[in-house]
Amino acid sequence: MAKFTFTEKKDTRSGFGAGLTELGRTNPNVVALCADLTGSLKMNDFQKENPDRFFQVGIAEANMMGLAAGMTIGGKIPFTGTFANFSTGRVYDQIRQSIAYSGKNVKICASHAGLTLGEDGATHQILEDIGLMKMLPHMTVINPCDFNQTKAATIALASHVGPAYLRFGRPSVPNFTAADQKFEIGKAWKMIEGTDVSIFATGHMVWHAVEAEAILAEKGIKAEVINIHTIKPLDESAIIQSVSKTRCAVSAEEHNIFGGLGESIAGALSRNFPAPLEMVGVKDSFGESGTPAELMKKYGLSTEAIVEAALKAIGRK
Amino acid sequence: MNKITDTQELKRVASQVRRDIVRMVHAVQSGHPGGSLGCTDFMVALYFNILRHNPKFSMDAINEDVFFLSNGHISPVWYSVLARSGYFPVNELSTFRKLNSRLQGHPATEEHLPGIRIASGSLGQGLSAAIGTAQVKKLNQDKHLVYLLMGDGELQEGQVWEAAMYAAHNAVDNIIATVDVNGQQIDGPTEKVLSLMNLRAKFEAFGWMVVESDGNDMASIVKTLEHCQGLAGKGRPVMNLMKTEMGQGVDYMVGTHKWHGIAPNDDELAKALAQLEETLGDY
Repeated sequence: MAKFTFTEKKDTRSGFGAGLTELGRTNPNVVALCADLTGSLKMNDFQKENPDRFFQVGIAEANMMGLAAGMTIGGKIPFTGTFANFSTGRVYDQIRQSIAYSGKNVKICASHAGLTLGEDGATHQILEDIGLMKMLPHMTVINPCDFNQTKAATIALASHVGPAYLRFGRPSVPNFTAADQKFEIGKAWKMIEGTDVSIFATGHMVWHAVEAEAILAEKGIKAEVINIHTIKPLDESAIIQSVSKTRCAVSAEEHNIFGGLGESIAGALSRNFPAPLEMVGVKDSFGESGTPAELMKKYGLSTEAIVEAALKAIGRK
Repeated sequence: MNKITDTQELKRVASQVRRDIVRMVHAVQSGHPGGSLGCTDFMVALYFNILRHNPKFSMDAINEDVFFLSNGHISPVWYSVLARSGYFPVNELSTFRKLNSRLQGHPATEEHLPGIRIASGSLGQGLSAAIGTAQVKKLNQDKHLVYLLMGDGELQEGQVWEAAMYAAHNAVDNIIATVDVNGQQIDGPTEKVLSLMNLRAKFEAFGWMVVESDGNDMASIVKTLEHCQGLAGKGRPVMNLMKTEMGQGVDYMVGTHKWHGIAPNDDELAKALAQLEETLGDY
């Protein structure tokens, strides 16, 4: 029997929108800024219900980051919204100086991350954002896997003090985690117990890891599936604990293998418990136009790729 | 904070602040004396007369005015006025730019120096932050004002104009921004490096109320800032284009970009100090 199932597919950006709407109702200090993508970020309900706490900044992301930093002075908790590309690479120095170095309680919320943005192509498909953000001191980096987890993460961020990056995506994907889950920032979630290989997945790749576990089980291989929704701070003890048992690992992410979750895991393992690690991710290239499904397949971000990587990792033990 | 209303008294504070600046920069043989000296009169007028502020520092600045320095490289003048108005011990000025100091080369919050609310140094970012704080003051129904100083060379950064457009569109009328128009930048006069053209026309076209002023005449600075306070609350942001002389107060530093980021040697320090009366006691 499947360990996780779903009855509907939903987009993670709508999870963000739902979380923000709830925060609008429960936390008077939450304010939101958006750079001309209110509908794409699903911020309309927050805007409608809290017009005085919603700031339309136009196509001016650098200014948005500075405004958000300034809005923390006086006790507000700003959530900025735009595509992942414009939330990070375009405004890196603004985030670095005005938010991270200044220790500002700004939540940078980034949609349309990775290849699954689809047809718009590589100009908009950022695959480097996790790396950019995790390198900044003080920055928390979160990449939830489905609608329910994104909603829970959004709500949890309002109670977390400090700069944070929340990454989510455009397409509808299986919504398989619990609606009433408790989201603990920095705590890895062991979804499926196993003994032969540890699969550490983040974002959209978590569902593929769940599917890969079922395929591996049919082959008699017991995979452990761990949901790494928080890439920084990384739950190193959970990773080491799992790999001490399985003695090999796979990382899976919709991101360049350079600078992403895989590299963080490699670092944790090499410092504490060296073991074979196979990385499923984009192999240092830009994306291109196509449907999300076509792109994920072409760039090796699939259930099959995780299965193959698991077998390879086991073979290297 | 007791307000100093007497112009002569404000000038005496300014003389001491200028001594602090050249001594700080000389001590570590690094830092930016030119712009610091040029903006000394403005900073003294602001902190000792205009700002309604509390040196018992609070990051959130509820019910007090807020000042942002966007051109962070003139940190020496800011550190001096902060110390001289009671934010931290004056003796701490001796740690400027040294290892383990709260007085970083460019202003920062990382070491928790009282008086600093955001890091600056990478140019063009301060106006956005100041506008954000001004909007939150409105949300909090806090009638106090937000002040900002930026350099003229800094106006070459695109973010400044994003912010300028935003403030006017949103009627952020509780901000008084000042540009230090000294016409100099690292590679030479702004007119040669990248001309700013007609700044008044530019900011007016962006929807700001524009005032032009002399930034090295103490009485005029106070009057200008009081005038700006009167313009606040009228639906438009306020811009004070303030002409200054880089290096003002030290004759051999005036009127050139050469002292933008160069420290005086021992002889030059002595020459500078001979021109600046010690009024409040050196640190």
